[in-house]
Amino acid sequence: MSKPSKKMSLDKKHNLTGWAFLTPAALLILVMSFVPMVKALILSFQTGVGAAMKPCGIANYSRMFKDTVFMQSVKNTFFYLIIQVPIMLVLALILASILNNRNLRFKGLFRTMIFLPCATSLVAYATIFRSLFANNGIINLALTKLGILDAPYSFLTHPTSAKIVIIIGLLWRWTGYNMVFYLSGLQNIEYSVYEAAKIDGASPIQTFFKITVPLLKPTILLTAIMSTNGTLQLFDESVNLTDGGPANASITMSHYIYNMSFKYVPNFGYAAAMSFFILILVAILAFIQMKVGDKRD
Amino acid sequence: MTKGRKFAMYLFLCIMSFISVFPLYWMVSAATNKSVDVTRGRLIPGTYLIENFKNLIASQNIGRALGNSFKYAIILTIISLIICSLAGYGFEIFHDKAKDAVMSVILLAMMVPFVATLIPLFQMFSKVGWLNSTIGFILPTISTPFLIMMFRQSARSFPHDIIEAARIDGLSEIRIFFQMFIPTMKSTYAAAMTITFMNAWNNYLWPKVIMTDEKSMTMPMVVANLTQGYVTDYGMLMLAVLICTLPTAIVFFCLQKSFAEGITGAVK
Repeated sequence: MSKPSKKMSLDKKHNLTGWAFLTPAALLILVMSFVPMVKALILSFQTGVGAAMKPCGIANYSRMFKDTVFMQSVKNTFFYLIIQVPIMLVLALILASILNNRNLRFKGLFRTMIFLPCATSLVAYATIFRSLFANNGIINLALTKLGILDAPYSFLTHPTSAKIVIIIGLLWRWTGYNMVFYLSGLQNIEYSVYEAAKIDGASPIQTFFKITVPLLKPTILLTAIMSTNGTLQLFDESVNLTDGGPANASITMSHYIYNMSFKYVPNFGYAAAMSFFILILVAILAFIQMKVGDKRD
Repeated sequence: MTKGRKFAMYLFLCIMSFISVFPLYWMVSAATNKSVDVTRGRLIPGTYLIENFKNLIASQNIGRALGNSFKYAIILTIISLIICSLAGYGFEIFHDKAKDAVMSVILLAMMVPFVATLIPLFQMFSKVGWLNSTIGFILPTISTPFLIMMFRQSARSFPHDIIEAARIDGLSEIRIFFQMFIPTMKSTYAAAMTITFMNAWNNYLWPKVIMTDEKSMTMPMVVANLTQGYVTDYGMLMLAVLICTLPTAIVFFCLQKSFAEGITGAVK
């Protein structure tokens, strides 16, 4: 680039350079995110196969609420959300506040070990957990050897236990990840605050609720939104850990949408309607969480 | 702190660490054992690794899947880092009202679930013949709001005086970016690289949709395929899982610190 010409002021030139810097990224997001989103919305009001799509009004949306499998997948996803996310966040908070203790030994080692599951891919860990909880897996073997079970229990073919295995897997994979957020948030809190609380005779539990939780509130809100968003889009675990089974008892919304689009006879219109349902859920839940987060200020 | 409380704290940490590490240890030990021994509960590493490896390469084309995964992930990471850091830098250094407005729209894209764009993306990509291609794999995730935000955050700490001085010296804006910003922000790039590489490597839904040809399959897809049979060879399966995990685990260990900083850095 040459020196700014006299016709173009320096400010204007910088302004244009700025646009040049950000245009590729902005265009890609427009074309890869927003355009498909609008297309999915249009598609959700159509029915048919392949290129022969006809408008069908809100038929796809009304079908959705009568579709027992889809309703089951919504219920399952909320089951994961309501049980797994709070347990995970509380556990991550407790771990982070313990690991933030200056007098703790082997801090780095504990942190690395608890963070380690994040190094695995979702498919890989789902496969490991599927094997651990299999009929001839190590969990059943241990439970029968210890005399807790008489015979191996088929965790993955019972509706409730299949869902619980998915929750255990999710907790295993993501608790350390969230813990790292809290640890970095805690580093921004002056350690002297904790020392002062200690001198004033505050118990660790009081310190946790009166100092750690309020000061970490923005981070907690962020992790809550991220986990909610992630849980609503669960796919890999449902496919690879339980295959949605038994009889769709553990299937997630994304998994069902995938089946509807690419496994069974493709029904893109209906699948698009269901995917829009998820989009709206994500938006509503994020909105609620942000409102709740604001109120406590 | 009382002794009892201290003991309880260490015990809790030990239990949590054990739970975190055990499944991974089991994976490694199973990969070196015969399937029968694995189901008998053998936890000590065995000597069956070579046999498992022979069985694995006989049943799946692991080399090709690994090659594909590396190719997709590396190309995606390089292009993504350039495009997103350019944007993050542009948004921060040249910011004005219009650009800030564009940034908030981009942040909204974070809330769009991938399934909501999946079907139109698949239709678009199959129309232009991008199924089973590298460009098809990388395009939807090259530009992510998360990375743009991360680089915008790091550009905030880049001193404006240096930019002004470089401008007076007659350096062009693009050279300021490449010769001064990139070398200064090495740690941000390391963090961004770790995250992007791991996400690309682990991506499953999108390749499952567009990689319709066996030749284009990624490593996680091969692992998922191995569990489809009725009888599972645990030794072979866990070896495949191990191979699938090693590259991300190596990246994770080398860049653990920057990974931790990276996932949290963008949101400070």
